[in-house]
Parts: sequence; structure tokens; C-alpha cells
Amino acid sequence: MIWQIDLAVLVLVVICAIGALAVKDLVGASILFGAYSFLMCILWAVMGAVDVAFTEASVGAGVSTVFFLAAVFRTSRRSKD
Amino acid sequence: MDMAQYIPVLLTKYNYWVYITLMMIGLWAMIAKNNLVKKIIGMSIFQTAIILFYVSIGAKYGATIPILRHGHNGAHEAIRTVDYINPLPHVLMLTAIVVSVATLGVALALSIRIHRRHRTLEEDDILTQLREP
Repeated sequence: MIWQIDLAVLVLVVICAIGALAVKDLVGASILFGAYSFLMCILWAVMGAVDVAFTEASVGAGVSTVFFLAAVFRTSRRSKD
Repeated sequence: MDMAQYIPVLLTKYNYWVYITLMMIGLWAMIAKNNLVKKIIGMSIFQTAIILFYVSIGAKYGATIPILRHGHNGAHEAIRTVDYINPLPHVLMLTAIVVSVATLGVALALSIRIHRRHRTLEEDDILTQLREP
């Protein structure tokens, strides 16, 4: 584990999480959540959990983002908060 | 007991501090956010925070990924567990990721049904629609 990469990615993860919840446009929130999942995947690759990392890259960053975008385009894109 | 000896212990466990922060962000979003999709994003952040905690338990400094260097034939020396990251939390969290994407799909399908019936995803609008018969 390289602690410099670990710490930098941890800070970016928290920023992405807050950004995904703060953005009013739901498509932007979905994309930021995809970025959050991909940063988590980098974090687990740094920690040596490679199997968890590639599962998260395919399932978390890939399929989840597609699910969110499909649901948002079927419903409404605007959010009040 | 001296308080100063705990400070390095607390500072070097920064993974756990970030895990607590992410978990509280997800919990706050699930409780306080008004939009249903925002609530679902909060739930996913909560789940990944738990997975981060479990992977952090297994991580070690100076260790490599849990694959044996010598196979069946060359394994004459003893295996030192300090050299390998603990793979048990990884295997548990592999299941948790699959479960999290399943819950995400069900939650989004339910929110699509709710939007079809009430024409909105905001929680307070749905509640006012439910109150007036």
C-alpha cells in the first residue's frame, strides 16, 4: 500500500461523494457517482484487493451508472435539492 | 494514561476516519435528502463505505497481493503470512458488491413505478398527493 496515493484518492472520494449529493441535475449526479465508484476501485487496487477492484470497476462504475442514467431519463431530470 | 500516545494511532488510521465520514454522508443523504434518486445515491455511498472499512481491515504495509509465489512444486519454504494481504475480507466484500447492485436495481425500478403513478420523485410532493384523497 502506497500511502500517498491512498490519501490523495481518499480526499477525492469524499469530494466526489459530496458533489454527487449536492448537484441539482440528476444526470450530473449520476456521472459524479460513477466517478466516485471508479475512484473507490482505484483505492482498492492500491490496497491490494484486485478482485474487489475489478468487480467494482465493472459493476459499480459501469452497470450502476447505466442504471442511474436509464432511471433518470425515464423519470424527471430535475431535483429540488 | 497519557493522551499523547494515542494521537499517532488515531492519525495513522486515516482510512477509518474517511470510512466514518463517507458512512455519515450516506446516512445523511438517506435521511435528509428530498429526491428519491438522491436517497438511492446515498444508500450506495453507505454501502461502499462499509466495503472500504472491510478492505482496510485486510490491508498491510509491505505486503503483496494474496497469490502464492511458488506453486505446488517449488513450495519448500514456509509461507510467511506477513508477506500477504489478508484475502478473507476481499471475498466477503465481493458478495457485498453484487448485493449492492441488486438492491440498486430494485430501488430504481420502484422509483420508476412511483414516478409513473405520482409524476414526481420529490418526497414531500408524493406525501401531499397521498394525504389528499
